[in-house]
Amino acid sequence: MRHVFSVRIGPVGFRVGSTWRTPIEQLEALYANYPRPEVPDFSVRLFPARPWRQFIRPSVTIGGDFMLPDALPLPLAQGLLAAEMGMNLQMALGQRRYLLLHASVVERDGKALLMSGISGAGKSTLSALLSARGWRFMGDEFALIDPETGLLHAFPRLVSLKNAAIDVVTNALPDARFGPLLAGTPKGDIRHLVPDASAVAAMDTPVPPALLLFPSYGFEADERLVPLSEVFVRLTQASTNYVALGERGFDALARLVKTVPARAIDYPDTDSAVKQIEKLWAAL
Amino acid sequence: MAEPLFRMARAEALRIVHLDSFVAVFHRSSGLTHLLAAPAPEIMATLGEAGLTRVALAEKLVADFDLEDLDDAALAERLDELVACGLVAAA
Repeated sequence: MRHVFSVRIGPVGFRVGSTWRTPIEQLEALYANYPRPEVPDFSVRLFPARPWRQFIRPSVTIGGDFMLPDALPLPLAQGLLAAEMGMNLQMALGQRRYLLLHASVVERDGKALLMSGISGAGKSTLSALLSARGWRFMGDEFALIDPETGLLHAFPRLVSLKNAAIDVVTNALPDARFGPLLAGTPKGDIRHLVPDASAVAAMDTPVPPALLLFPSYGFEADERLVPLSEVFVRLTQASTNYVALGERGFDALARLVKTVPARAIDYPDTDSAVKQIEKLWAAL
Repeated sequence: MAEPLFRMARAEALRIVHLDSFVAVFHRSSGLTHLLAAPAPEIMATLGEAGLTRVALAEKLVADFDLEDLDDAALAERLDELVACGLVAAA
């Protein structure tokens, strides 16, 4: 393809090809501190659905090694989002080396905190806010668990902030770097936060998981123990490749569920959530 | 005709992890994960790999778990379900 960008995020290398220059320039700027992969694991292609759509109302089709046949193209102004979605799609559909859980991950004292929940639960926001308080950001989308070791590998891609979370995190991290505001996407307004330099510098250091949280936003502050069977079911649902990994996935998940304490927390606002999380962490 | 024997699937075909009141079972032959609640794990453990007839299974469950009585129809249904998903084999 005419414009090409390669990046290694944690243990995974991507090659993104694009018909247009703009999404590639944005990726180069936002991923400037990241290494390049020797050999990419996955390819993403951004291209027009019809030749004339390169120029007339340009719209970006997301392709790659793995594709969703009915994915709708995005306007060129959201080309960066298309690239990020393309990279996520390759992971969700193609990753076999690690057990993937839809969760954000931060690290402190050499141990990882996983936060898993539905879209809107605050996974990305909380991971970004904790990174402003001395935690190492390891990822806001996928937790990568090595079935051999049980360790969590960082996948610190750009943090995808949506709608109200954009202002919350911009205020908490005034010196951080952000991508352009992508207004009116299928998920509302989106702005990407660049993980800080320490997150990228330490991304090749895996850590053991120490706490599993299932946050829910919009309720009075509360917490409860989650029974192991519920944790097991929630995490099979939160995994994109549990079935594909077969027995390795079962063993990795069972080990995680049996060895790592799990709590569900309700929180009314992010300040409260951060306090609840720090308290739970201190009590480990 | 002899009563059919029911056997737990071979131990090497299963991965069994006790969670809480549920037991997670990975069935290697199908690649499926089953989350079992009582009495399914107890039925499997009682059958063992040697196997029992339905009548002998009912008697052993009553004896091992101090049951006052046992609903034969319900036990037959549970057994059929375990056979259908491959965790128990009928011979």
